[in-house]
Amino acid sequence: MTKLNAQIPKGPIADKWTNHKNNIRLVSPANKRLIDVIVVGTGLAGGSAAATLAELGYNVKAFCFQDSPRRAHSIAAQGGINAAKNYQGDGDSVHRLFYDTVKGGDYRSREANVYRLAEVSANIIDQCVAQGVPFARDYGGLLDNRSFGGVLVSRTFYAKGQTGQQLLLGAYSAMNRQIGRGKIKMYSRHEMLDLVKVDGKARGIITRNLVTGEIERHAAHAVVIASGGYGNLFYLSTNAMGSNVTAAWKIHKQGAYFANPCFTQIHPTCIPVSGDHQSKLTLMSESLRNDGRIWVPKKKEDAKAIREGRLKPTDLTEDDRDYYLERRYPAFGNLVPRDVASRAAKERCDEGFGVNKTGEAVFLDFAAAIERYGKEKAHVKGLDENDNALVQKLGKQVIKAKYGNLFQMYEKIVDQNPYETPMMIYPAVHYTMGGVWVDYNLMTTVPGCFAIGEANFSDHGANRLGASALMQGLADGYFVLPYTIGDYLADDIRTGSISNDTPEFEKAETNVRAQIDAFINNKGTKTVDYFHRKLGKIIWNKCGMSRNKKGLEEAIAQVKALREEFYKDVFVPGTADSFNEPLAKALRVADFLELGELFAKDALERTESCGGHFREESQTPEGEALRDDKNFTFVSAWEYKGEPSKAKLHKEDLAYENIELKTRSYK
Amino acid sequence: MGVVLSSTILRKFAMASSGLFLMLFLLQHFAINITSVFSETIFNQFSHFMGTNAIVQFVLQPILILGVIFHFVMGFILDIQNRRARGTRYAVYKGRANASWVSRNMLISGGTVLAFLALHFYDFWVPEMNYKYFEFLPQNPDRYYEELVHKFEDLTRVILYVISFVFLALHLSHGFSSAFQSMGFNNKYTPVVKSLGKVYSIGIPAGFAFIAIFHFLNH
Amino acid sequence: MKLTLKIWRQENATAKGSMQTYFLKGVSPDMSFLEMMDVLNEQLMEQRIDPVAFDHDCREGICGSCSMFINGEAHGPDRLVTTCQLHMRKFKDGDTIHIEPFRAKPFPVIKDLVVDRTAFDRIQHAGGFVSVNTSGNTQDANATPIEKADADKAFDAATCIGCGACVASCKNASAMLFVSAKVSQYALLPQGQVEATDRVLNMVKQMDEEGFGNCTNTGACEVECPKGISLENIARMNREYLSANVKG
Repeated sequence: MTKLNAQIPKGPIADKWTNHKNNIRLVSPANKRLIDVIVVGTGLAGGSAAATLAELGYNVKAFCFQDSPRRAHSIAAQGGINAAKNYQGDGDSVHRLFYDTVKGGDYRSREANVYRLAEVSANIIDQCVAQGVPFARDYGGLLDNRSFGGVLVSRTFYAKGQTGQQLLLGAYSAMNRQIGRGKIKMYSRHEMLDLVKVDGKARGIITRNLVTGEIERHAAHAVVIASGGYGNLFYLSTNAMGSNVTAAWKIHKQGAYFANPCFTQIHPTCIPVSGDHQSKLTLMSESLRNDGRIWVPKKKEDAKAIREGRLKPTDLTEDDRDYYLERRYPAFGNLVPRDVASRAAKERCDEGFGVNKTGEAVFLDFAAAIERYGKEKAHVKGLDENDNALVQKLGKQVIKAKYGNLFQMYEKIVDQNPYETPMMIYPAVHYTMGGVWVDYNLMTTVPGCFAIGEANFSDHGANRLGASALMQGLADGYFVLPYTIGDYLADDIRTGSISNDTPEFEKAETNVRAQIDAFINNKGTKTVDYFHRKLGKIIWNKCGMSRNKKGLEEAIAQVKALREEFYKDVFVPGTADSFNEPLAKALRVADFLELGELFAKDALERTESCGGHFREESQTPEGEALRDDKNFTFVSAWEYKGEPSKAKLHKEDLAYENIELKTRSYK
Repeated sequence: MGVVLSSTILRKFAMASSGLFLMLFLLQHFAINITSVFSETIFNQFSHFMGTNAIVQFVLQPILILGVIFHFVMGFILDIQNRRARGTRYAVYKGRANASWVSRNMLISGGTVLAFLALHFYDFWVPEMNYKYFEFLPQNPDRYYEELVHKFEDLTRVILYVISFVFLALHLSHGFSSAFQSMGFNNKYTPVVKSLGKVYSIGIPAGFAFIAIFHFLNH
Repeated sequence: MKLTLKIWRQENATAKGSMQTYFLKGVSPDMSFLEMMDVLNEQLMEQRIDPVAFDHDCREGICGSCSMFINGEAHGPDRLVTTCQLHMRKFKDGDTIHIEPFRAKPFPVIKDLVVDRTAFDRIQHAGGFVSVNTSGNTQDANATPIEKADADKAFDAATCIGCGACVASCKNASAMLFVSAKVSQYALLPQGQVEATDRVLNMVKQMDEEGFGNCTNTGACEVECPKGISLENIARMNREYLSANVKG
């Protein structure tokens, strides 16, 4: 076991980034024109990085598996983006955002990175507004904010329930400008299938054209991975169907360490599973917890009656309801962080208080908010505050203006009107804090290979706060990577263009072709989805919201066995040289089947509970997570050694110099 | 013509403006014709003025004819282009689910109006041109009413006219508000434009039909 | 539920396609339309028949990937939804469902129900942006207040997901609603004013070069748009374009 060095600059935390930028090596504009950079993934991180790198003068090749960069899954982020602007004058500051993020991450993130994130957060909002992103505004024409889980200020900027969409379209527009100028060459419907190293440095990738099946070689001076998270390991998640770990896993196999794979965020407010046919889960924005109250019936018999359809939730009196978050966490109430809210929901459902057919759902109720807003509106308009019908009508209008699209989405999926009856929600896999290990410059352990956005691990520790993913993606892409990559590329100004006609590319291409041919010729009996579903079940049941030693050991064995069965018995139809979705999926699932094992291994190793990682062996008498700072204040970074079971653990010790390590309390 | 045809939006602007121009003409045409219902003299006076005034005859009339030709030719060109833009046809296309029949079939309503125009020209315009500019017959300020009444003695003609007016009404019912949208007019007054369009598109053709039936019944 | 599915099958871009009939049992009304397609594909693969290719990704109505023309309508009979949000409860047991790709000359079929919509991207490359550099060193975000009504309208236009339902539904295969949504978003915000003239001219030019049809104001696009983008945007684009032409 070696200790990892994250290359964190010296000096006080508030000056680190500025000093670093002042001392970092630069590439002159004339030389940037001679340097090619590959960016894999075009979400918030990849899209913004590609645009900025191109604007700085680098020649960028951007890749995405979707048919257009605009469809990357960042588009589905709903609630908002944090920034320490303190427009509301409620005491927010860079330090407070930094503090909240480190605390929210349960003290498992890297201080210097988080501080930098908080520092550049304000720039993001300026940048996006300048690009024409239509954030929500108040009647004075200034930007509006709302509050998110785990914080006591309103610092979240939003565009109704479509913030991710608007920010991504902003980044996409910046890309479009550079594509129009010829500085970005866009490869859509392309999947990266391997990283090519020359003399130990990342010098290119092998891709498959998803339309023609063509295997292509792309060379560059540096490779940036911005391929997002690996939530689809669970099969059912709020990720898009195509979201995958392949790019990140391929670089892992080429030497990039994979950090904290077991740190997964289970989002508390998703639409519950309705049946075996379910292909994905839909998130209901955390912003709903601003106004929605979460509850289950106080009595088990009421819960049973609701499950069986004999009782309507609206028939229960206040006394018969258990607003368990408000009860357990009076200070933060319904706005506790995601990991806490999710576990609390699971706890109630496991105790038999679940409210849908499967017993795996709790209520998210807007009745109180409708009444409160209705009365307020009536008062403002000088109307009768005691006219119930009027109050209901006005209140619903306010709720509609705030969350209209989310309510509509819920109604379309569940076929119930959430204005009239409480929503049913249940936690679902949403985000992965773990990812490729990177240093302060966002470079992986493979020189010249960088990882940004959800694909890396650095900023969210063991739990991410709401509205911080968008912030991190754009911070990395617009403001961090474009600077730090210069430090590496400064050595490459005389290298000249990189040839893809070398033995290294040849070998990588041959390997990719061999893997594809193996799948096509396998002629097994079971579809790719069969294996993916099975993998998801193992991971959800044994490495989900709570984990224990026995389950994790079983998971490791089962995933391994499943992987072996997969290679023996998977059936992939069609040909290699055509549009073939099952083939593309097989290549992705193959990597999930390896990651799954490492995931369980990492969870087994970390015998403490922290953030989204809850080990049943490590909890307080009241059932709250119990951290073990003495033994686990480090990042687990795994080195690939031929197969997941042989992965070697490296530790990056986390030093908390500016924030005192404390038990996280939201009571 | 080249500039006008260069972009989709300019083409639709041209369709809209020629359409609006034709609607203005139609209003004027109606205003004169309706006088025939209550006063032979006034109708003859108006008709004589229109038929002999040099500006009307040698400036406005050619513009009108060009407008008509442009509107029709352009309509056909657009339709051909639009069909091409689809490429392979749908096996099932449920147009009625999202758009009115008239809006989808301006070619049919317009084509019918075109056929009607041929008949109408044959009935009135050709004899008129012949009278004035080929045979150089003497001016007769009182002949117009007689000619009008004479034409509508024939039941078949009246039926054909009435049917055509129905199609004209359909054509106008989409064309009126559509022209405003094409010219970029869509705001809080749009409901007013739409109501006005309804009044116009039903009122004018109904009025023309009334004139035809009136003279048929009164001859 | 039991269903008869008539689906457009086409091997690749150059092959000739045709409608094929499949029978499917055991469909639950709670399934989304795409989950029904998943079941069909599992069944086809069991029979060693090539599964039906279709575009899909987020399955929550925001990425704009899914693009099926169902029973003669883009995204099927429900309103304000994409195909992935359409649920089988909108159909009856025993129904016959026709499924075709979004059709337009500028959207060539890649395979089965998958079409190439990069024409939309090219329109955006022509001007769908504000030319501000991404350094973040711009003015403070609150330096220019924007009237809430305008900001809200700009947002409404900006919610377009670029799925192409407008083109698919329009009898003329016109892309005006898509292009106008982008033009409108920027036209309504002060940030977009500076380049407004060039933007609208360039984007319309590209739209025309791609071969989309002429708008005849049937309004089908607005009805079928899963995000309810308003026809007002088309009028605004017409205005912008005409005045841009006058300005030269």
